Amino acid sequence: MTWFSIIVSGIVTYFSRMAMVALIDREMLGTKVKEVLNYVPAAVFPAIIFPGVFFNDFGLFVEITDPKIYGAIVALVVGFYSRSVIATIVSGLLSYWFIIFFLLR
Amino acid sequence: MLSKSKIFFKGIVAVLPHMLSVIPFGIITGAIGIELGFDPILVYATSLIIFGGASQIIFMQLLSGGASSLVAITSVGVINSRHLLYGAVLSEYLEKLSFIKKLFISYFIVDQGFAESNKYIKQNKNLSNPHYYVLGTGVTLWFCWQLSTISGIILGSFIPEELGLKFAIPLTFLAIIVNDLRKLDHVFVMLVSGFASLILFNAPFKSYIILSPIVALIAAFIMLRLKK
Repeated sequence: MTWFSIIVSGIVTYFSRMAMVALIDREMLGTKVKEVLNYVPAAVFPAIIFPGVFFNDFGLFVEITDPKIYGAIVALVVGFYSRSVIATIVSGLLSYWFIIFFLLR
Repeated sequence: MLSKSKIFFKGIVAVLPHMLSVIPFGIITGAIGIELGFDPILVYATSLIIFGGASQIIFMQLLSGGASSLVAITSVGVINSRHLLYGAVLSEYLEKLSFIKKLFISYFIVDQGFAESNKYIKQNKNLSNPHYYVLGTGVTLWFCWQLSTISGIILGSFIPEELGLKFAIPLTFLAIIVNDLRKLDHVFVMLVSGFASLILFNAPFKSYIILSPIVALIAAFIMLRLKK
């Protein structure tokens, strides 16, 4: 079943890459659709970020003192100023580890 | 006039700086796949068959969390709908290619390669073989992606669970959108999506992952309407 899902996802992804290049006339995408497609990353990724930070493994809201919240805030601030992908991830993970391994022990 | 191989090489050079983010992202993708409990072969298959970091992570996260195949596949589709935009822009430069070549080159259309190709081809309007540039960026990214996810798969089996590597998932996605945080309209759409996901999190079949982006895109559409 997992194999089946991977293959279908692969076909869907390939289709998204190929459709406008090989099949559909690019004029079919109106300016409005293109403008909205610009927001796809902004619309998709927070739906992974927010639950990943604010929910625990059991699907319950974490407490306000949860280390994930502080790790995310550090990553957000570092990312905003550095605009660096690596700095964002590394600062978030390091501050998270600092809290769980040093402060909470 | 530039030869085909020179254009191809220029494409390779253009995406090299992106490796600073692509390689760690690939390692994280491989390692997270293992952390989520997938077979190494399956994790690698996503790199080869889906070939898209964000969609691979979300796909594995959803399936391991008990989502149905339908939800996982649909959310991959939603995430990758942005490729339609890339294809629409690139199709102008790829028009003269044969259908088979178009089918081949499409597999290599990825975010960073698109960004660099679009920039270069716009500046060099009378380039005779622009598709070699697109291929140069795409093939380079493809090789690095395969190698870095394989390294991540190997590393993943050594990473202790106490490190809570799963927290790298939201951080990675935060890193992807960090460049858009200065644009207020994008931040607005992000907040709508984020709060929608918190409210809809317990909706059946993990459908929050599809519903929240749809709510946010409707908000984006309304916002664009009001701006005019």
